[in-house]
Amino acid sequence: MNHFKAWNHVLIQGVLALFLGLSCATVQAEDEVKLDKAPVDTSNLPSLQRGAQHFMNYCMNCHSAHLARFDLLEQLGLSEKQVKQNLILTDAKVADYMSVVLKAKDAQKWFGVPPPDLTVEARVRGADWLYTYLRSFYRDDQRPSGWNNRVFPNVAMPHVLWALQGQQMLQGQGGKAVLVLTQKGSLSPQEYDRFVGDLVNFLVFMSEPTRSARLHLGLWVMGFLLILFLVARALKREFWKDIH
Amino acid sequence: MVSQVMGWIDERFPLTKVWREHLAEYYAPKNFNFWYYFGSLALLVLVMQIITGIFLTMNYKPDARFAFASVEYIMRDVDFGWLIRYMHSTGASMFFVVVYLHMMRGILYGSYRKPRELLWILGMAIYLCLMGEAFFGYLLPWGQMSYWGAQVIVSLVDAISPEVALWIRGDYVISDATLNRFFAFHVIALPLILLVLVFLHIIALHQVGSNNPDGIEIKDHKDPVSHIPLDGIPFHPYYTVKDIVGVSGYFIAYFGIIFFLPEMGGYFLEENNFIPADPLKTPPHISPLWYFTPFYAILRAIPQKQLGIAAMGLSVLIFFLLPWLDRGVVKSVRYRGTLYKSALAAFVLAFLVLGYLGTQEPTIWYVNPIARVCTGIYFGFFLLMPIYSRLDKTKPVPERVTS
Repeated sequence: MNHFKAWNHVLIQGVLALFLGLSCATVQAEDEVKLDKAPVDTSNLPSLQRGAQHFMNYCMNCHSAHLARFDLLEQLGLSEKQVKQNLILTDAKVADYMSVVLKAKDAQKWFGVPPPDLTVEARVRGADWLYTYLRSFYRDDQRPSGWNNRVFPNVAMPHVLWALQGQQMLQGQGGKAVLVLTQKGSLSPQEYDRFVGDLVNFLVFMSEPTRSARLHLGLWVMGFLLILFLVARALKREFWKDIH
Repeated sequence: MVSQVMGWIDERFPLTKVWREHLAEYYAPKNFNFWYYFGSLALLVLVMQIITGIFLTMNYKPDARFAFASVEYIMRDVDFGWLIRYMHSTGASMFFVVVYLHMMRGILYGSYRKPRELLWILGMAIYLCLMGEAFFGYLLPWGQMSYWGAQVIVSLVDAISPEVALWIRGDYVISDATLNRFFAFHVIALPLILLVLVFLHIIALHQVGSNNPDGIEIKDHKDPVSHIPLDGIPFHPYYTVKDIVGVSGYFIAYFGIIFFLPEMGGYFLEENNFIPADPLKTPPHISPLWYFTPFYAILRAIPQKQLGIAAMGLSVLIFFLLPWLDRGVVKSVRYRGTLYKSALAAFVLAFLVLGYLGTQEPTIWYVNPIARVCTGIYFGFFLLMPIYSRLDKTKPVPERVTS
């Protein structure tokens, strides 16, 4: 009996361990570059507001976010008027989807590949990948754009933020190669990291605008379920008192 | 008043009779353990999938041009659409978790043995139906993995009969026509079959009665006067209150995932499925969702394509034969000998390892060699069972259930 129980226990644990193991193992990207941790906090509204501003200024000229509407930005503690005046750079209405005028056909011709829509890009790549990617451009004269990227080798996108970050060069070979800032940009490295951090935070927010609500509601649901579990267990024990 | 209404109904419909036979006077063994939660949980998950599915259908558009965007519309613009969608997507994976544990219970305690062979077969039919339901449903978000996953599976049919593959797709590639018919299968055809099969599964269960962790029949020892099994207790209220505990525990895990880990690290919602389907761009690594990976690993382990397909099909269908492959004198693993226990342990390990390997790229050097060994163990467990289950040195089985 005891022998069986131990065996049964091992089995249950094995099943659970595999299940948890599977869930914890993250899918490895195709690159070997170590990713830096992105400072994601979708409850930090000032960071999200700055990120939204960066996104409108630097990304949404080529990249669309056509599954989201501009009124999404009102969730960042901004009024409709503020969104209209500061964040909509075209004559789009607040209820419009965030599309761009750049045609996929033209983009194909100019960059070789149309820029991906960024609405849910943070769920495709992950925040850490985006955070590292946007900080890993370096000069490469072999490339048509003059830029290459450590995280995404031979990427078609040029380094749009170079005026802010400055220019990096890749020094060394293979896995030991490091990026060195050879020409300063208008932001210090710390300021640039924060700039990209805010931008990535916004991308994470945009990919799942209900993320904060989900995490918040989840705590209440868990609290309720825990109480339900305890009550149910007490009820069961009461009913089962006479069974043995 | 209430008894008058009940009397009126009972003359026209056997309500009280059904209540008694299936709940208040359905006697279940009193020694159910943890493993016995998963049957009722599977029923709960089915109901929740149907209800969340109905609400998703109200806003989802089965059209290749709009499908992907309509899912994001549900996630953004529909009130609590995100919650309903996560409940459905997490529910799909949890359905398989619950069903695999339910099947494991059947194997552990010999619940497929006489007189429960039909019960097992009906359960296996439910499992097959569930696999189809999951496969058809996975195309609907119309992401890259939806598209290419379907492409891979239909290409297996294509390797056997191109005509049948064409008939399934309704086109030469996975397309809008395929999406429309998969939608029809997913929201009406298979759910109907599933409901009928579940109904039959429960009717069959109540005909033969539940097995228990000791693998003995409680009907062999009845009270001489009342004819109630001495080790049986009425399903209601005893197992209804116990199952509420199971449901609460399950909900903690289920809603924990929904609220805090909805993608489950890419295993419940894959990263690549947030990219809209692109028929011109094959993803570098295509793998099915985790619940199909053991069978997918078997498929890839066999170097010849048609043979691989046959092995994969057989690896699922062979479960149907379990009642006749097992020649052991005892049902429950509690009274089996080392031989059977070792075989079962090896099988479970092989199944889990295959599941892991199925998620890995086949180009990694160890993936296919290990998968081949595990495939051998997998089939060995079934095909050698008539021999080792008979040779097994079993322990004496008690007359009455142990607590």
